[in-house]
Amino acid sequence: MIPGSFDYHRPKSVAEATGLVARYGDTARVIAGGHSLIPMMKLRMTDLDHLVDLQDIGELRGISVNGQSVEIGAMTTQHELIASEVLTEVAPIITEAALQIADPQVRYMGTIGGNVANGDPGNDMPGLMQCLDATYTLSGPDGTRDVKARDFYEAAYFTAREEEEILTKIYFQANGAGYAYEKQKRKIGDYATAASAVLIAKEGDVCSFASIAMTNLADTPIYADAASSELVGSGLDQAAIDAAVAAAIDAIDPAEDNRGPIEFKKHVAGVILRRAIERAISRA
Amino acid sequence: MSKKMHLEMTVNGQKVETLAEPRELLIHVLRERLGITGPHIGCETSHCGACTVDFNGKSVKSCNVFAAQAQGAEVTTIEGLGDPDNLHPLQTAFKEHHGLQCGYCTPGMITRAHRLLQENPTPTEEEIRFGMAGNLCRCTGYQNIVKSIQAAASEMNAAKEAAE
Amino acid sequence: MNDMTPEDRKSALKGMGTSRKRVEDARFTQGKGNYVDDIKLPGMLFGDFVRSPYAHARVTSVRKDTAMALPGVIAVLTAEDLAPLGLHWMPTLAGDKQMVLADGKVLYQGQEVAFVVAENRYIAADAVELVEVEYEELPVVTNPFKAMDADAPTLREDIAGKMDGAHGPRKHNNHIFTWEQGDKEATESVLSGADVVAEEMIYYHRTHPCPLETCGSVASMDKVNGKLTLYGTFQAPHAVRTVASLISGIAEHNIRVISPDIGGGFGNKVGVYPGYVCSIVASIVTGKPVKWVEDRMDNLMTTAFARDYHMHGKISATTDGKITGLWCHTTADHGGFDACADPTKFPAGFMNICTGSYDIPVAYLAVDGVYTNKAPGGVAYRCSFRVTEASYFIERMMDILAIKLDMDPVELRMKNFVRKDQFPYQSALGWEYDSGDYHTAMDKALKAVGYDNLRKEQAEKLAAFKAGESRSLMGIGTAFFTEIVGAGPVKNCDILGLGMFDSCEIRIHPTGSAIARLGTISQGQGHATTFAQILASEIGIPADDITLEEGDTDTAPYGLGTYGSRSTPVAGAATAMAGRKIRAKAQMIAAYLLEVHDDDVEFDIDRFVVKGAPERFKTMKEIAFAAYNQAIPGIEPGLEAVSYYDPPNMTYPFGAYICVMDVDVDTGVADIRSVYALDDCGTRINPMIIEGQVHGGLTEALAIAMGQEIAYDEMGNVKTGTLMDFFIPTAWETPNYITDHTTTPSPHHPIGAKGVGESPNVGGVSMFSNAVHDAFRPFGLTQSHMPHDHWRIWKTANQLGLHG
Repeated sequence: MIPGSFDYHRPKSVAEATGLVARYGDTARVIAGGHSLIPMMKLRMTDLDHLVDLQDIGELRGISVNGQSVEIGAMTTQHELIASEVLTEVAPIITEAALQIADPQVRYMGTIGGNVANGDPGNDMPGLMQCLDATYTLSGPDGTRDVKARDFYEAAYFTAREEEEILTKIYFQANGAGYAYEKQKRKIGDYATAASAVLIAKEGDVCSFASIAMTNLADTPIYADAASSELVGSGLDQAAIDAAVAAAIDAIDPAEDNRGPIEFKKHVAGVILRRAIERAISRA
Repeated sequence: MSKKMHLEMTVNGQKVETLAEPRELLIHVLRERLGITGPHIGCETSHCGACTVDFNGKSVKSCNVFAAQAQGAEVTTIEGLGDPDNLHPLQTAFKEHHGLQCGYCTPGMITRAHRLLQENPTPTEEEIRFGMAGNLCRCTGYQNIVKSIQAAASEMNAAKEAAE
Repeated sequence: MNDMTPEDRKSALKGMGTSRKRVEDARFTQGKGNYVDDIKLPGMLFGDFVRSPYAHARVTSVRKDTAMALPGVIAVLTAEDLAPLGLHWMPTLAGDKQMVLADGKVLYQGQEVAFVVAENRYIAADAVELVEVEYEELPVVTNPFKAMDADAPTLREDIAGKMDGAHGPRKHNNHIFTWEQGDKEATESVLSGADVVAEEMIYYHRTHPCPLETCGSVASMDKVNGKLTLYGTFQAPHAVRTVASLISGIAEHNIRVISPDIGGGFGNKVGVYPGYVCSIVASIVTGKPVKWVEDRMDNLMTTAFARDYHMHGKISATTDGKITGLWCHTTADHGGFDACADPTKFPAGFMNICTGSYDIPVAYLAVDGVYTNKAPGGVAYRCSFRVTEASYFIERMMDILAIKLDMDPVELRMKNFVRKDQFPYQSALGWEYDSGDYHTAMDKALKAVGYDNLRKEQAEKLAAFKAGESRSLMGIGTAFFTEIVGAGPVKNCDILGLGMFDSCEIRIHPTGSAIARLGTISQGQGHATTFAQILASEIGIPADDITLEEGDTDTAPYGLGTYGSRSTPVAGAATAMAGRKIRAKAQMIAAYLLEVHDDDVEFDIDRFVVKGAPERFKTMKEIAFAAYNQAIPGIEPGLEAVSYYDPPNMTYPFGAYICVMDVDVDTGVADIRSVYALDDCGTRINPMIIEGQVHGGLTEALAIAMGQEIAYDEMGNVKTGTLMDFFIPTAWETPNYITDHTTTPSPHHPIGAKGVGESPNVGGVSMFSNAVHDAFRPFGLTQSHMPHDHWRIWKTANQLGLHG
């Protein structure tokens, strides 16, 4: 497994990077951690002439937490997310999810930006970002713009990001809700058979807020709006949970692969979601 | 083939330079250009960890890093962890506790364990199993690898205490 | 030394029974192993294959010019280039032949079509993309039963209509052989009159040994001296030399084969692959050393797979559970070529050990080998030839019969074990089991795990499940296996006509240290450690003073290599026998030095003593020196010996394995709670190494039973070509194991050892699979096919109506 040739660029700033991407157009790709891109290049399923390495761009790194406002630079690694005490404090669901991504070595290299930007339906962070209602900032030749995670994903590997844009940061408002990221996989290093991200808040015994997203159960992450609605206003009783699970199953569209056929995935998605909801409730 | 670049790194404490194509994988640069054959190639898709090196203070699968990305990096391989007269406690413990058989995964395994113990000097068995899950072994069933790492951790902690 | 007690002298030897630390580990822990991809010769080129994307197609043209035009490309070889040398096909170990490069057609995805030779692996990979191959797709057959349909397409056109195969008549163009053992008529008669008959189709799926190091070779043709040196991942280097000589026409003395350190084999490195042949040809053509190392995808897709046996079984018993007969018909999917690595007379290996550990009066086995559009292979993946399949078959049939009889599976086994007093035991399918004590082993295992309490707990868990209080079922997997290893007696075991003996050559140096060389090759088993221990006990020289060498055909004595747990039973015996020859000569030297008759001295740990006068002795060190500096009448100088050992019988290791798992019926996730493995491998040479072998074999068994497979779609595409999809458990998915043992030495082996490396795979797969089945037994499950991954377990639960 040997990758094809390319010219290598290591810009020092976002402006320089977007300039390179604009100049070389669709013959260029940016590389963050590279643990999705490099295997594809080794399998010669991705061919490019120019590789733009973002590792030296300091402005793309770092986690800043200001009250409940969280901003994460695109080049922040999964390992850094897990190690960040402030982030774990305000958004523990990120830590819980990041620990279930790949393996230790991959988490040292894999970045949150790469994970959300490349549009691989197997990645865990996109669904999680939809659950958190995060916003992505994209930089291009014409400046920056923001896109909601919930509006970003169009199809497998197709997103709202234009070819000449670079995803630079992710931000969201944490809300202290009960949380759970539940993932079934065949082994460490595997993508999810089914995974779900759940946030639930209560006022008294009544659910005041719910957000549910599902991973690797369609060709994009699925923000299960209808499922969340079933919970909000309910007493989080069995009937409400049943209705939420049913709505989420309705929203997903899994494909058969080596993990199993559609029927199985739908069933497991329901079980996983139910467990996530119950765990989130227990933490709400 | 694209133009070769002048690559400079620090490998096992030594400044090294070589010419390499940007697309060359770090594992190939180490093994073929620098003659450092400790780390191995097992799967090529970043699952097995046989190629694990310490890269700027992180455990990294060197078959998933381009030479160009390693420009200026600090790399430590199994060869840099100890020498015959001064073995790393992990090297001693793996032998002592039969933590290896065919030896192919061993350099990556020990290099990863080294970083794990830097970050968590007193890991539980569960933490070791989770922290070593990026390295596959086909021979040992991991039980003795876990034992070896636990033994090395005790040894290193005892040495640290004695020094203090 | 004179002041030491006998116990101290013995322990100083680090002989048999000692958990001696491994001498191999110094280099492996310091990154100084020397594996084939570490070899770098001056001017070395690199070869890579153009492989077929199709499972069945005609190759209508191969255009090389664009590839050849790429700077750094030295040659592109096709079947046309190899044909004048007669090397476009090669013989397989199973009496078939295999294309080295596609000769007009391809028979499986990934098959080798052209070999590109370039200055380095990057240029070679680029050039592979530039070779233009035109294919004409043909209908694909991946199902061995459909392959035998009257109108199935003929896969092997080269032997179409040739109805006499290497193993007797063929009955279809896609048929390879029928192999029959036992008494068909008597078995069918017993079955038809039996009280109870259980019948089932047991499928042991296709998987792959997947050692962490893939296969590879470096060929270096020295045209000046006419010598070919071939380094490679060879589990049988001497056999490779002979085969290389036969197919290349280079005289055998001009070929030197070297197996350097091998990063795991597990059967994958027994066969001869097109890559080896192409690296040799390319080196001859270019005059430079040529390296070929496959990548992981090549490895999983094309080099030897394992298993793929469809075993239709019937077992009969009396109503109180005494087995009366066993019948088995197996359809064996061999892929595009029959490249099984079995002894010649055993086209289905030792599948006829499928009566297992049980006293079954009459049995019949038939195996039909069939061609399909899948990769060739059929190697013994951490087992003796097809023993894993046989053991899985009988251990499943026992559990299924227990269901039919409404008996506990352990009770049924206990009732039917071959009893200790029946050994040596003649099995209905032709083997003579050398020794065993099955009841004792099973009893020990049951006590260790608290079997009765486990069953009680299981019943409680089941009640809770039925009451809707839990969604998890507890499964207890029991397996009792008898292996047949140590091939083997030359009278019935050979590979390509080479008898399956093995060898050891020992030279004692004047200062009393030694070198021993063997015909085997370690791939992680620690031969350099354990064989030195055998010698230490046999000749009284400390193991630390003995160097062990294997794998260089110029220096090591001829042997058939390491696979099928044969090293200890065969080469281990040769080592002991060579040691005894040393000892016999040492005895004469000692007697001379002590001025007594030969019969008046006796061996005592590390010396010869005068009988009745232990203060008069000569140590082995003194004797060694004397062998080189004294003129002893009637005795040649020097102290050397060689032994070629032809074992009188195989050895029959056995064991009792029990595991407990909790199965989540909603997700299909099976959580392994505990695993207990009792092995009886006869005399234990190094308990530490035995335990390590058992841990590793159990983990491979866990993988195979719970998720590992080589799966194809209907077009013959491999669906499991990377380690994302081909399941190898990490430390996280792997449980802790409890190991235990009994010791029943082999009566015919010089030191009583039987071999152990493969037992845990043989017993482990049945144990894990039986546990899954056991969890669902109360709901009527009799058989479900492996691997028991999440979705298959879920499907079982679903089909049994457990999802409401």
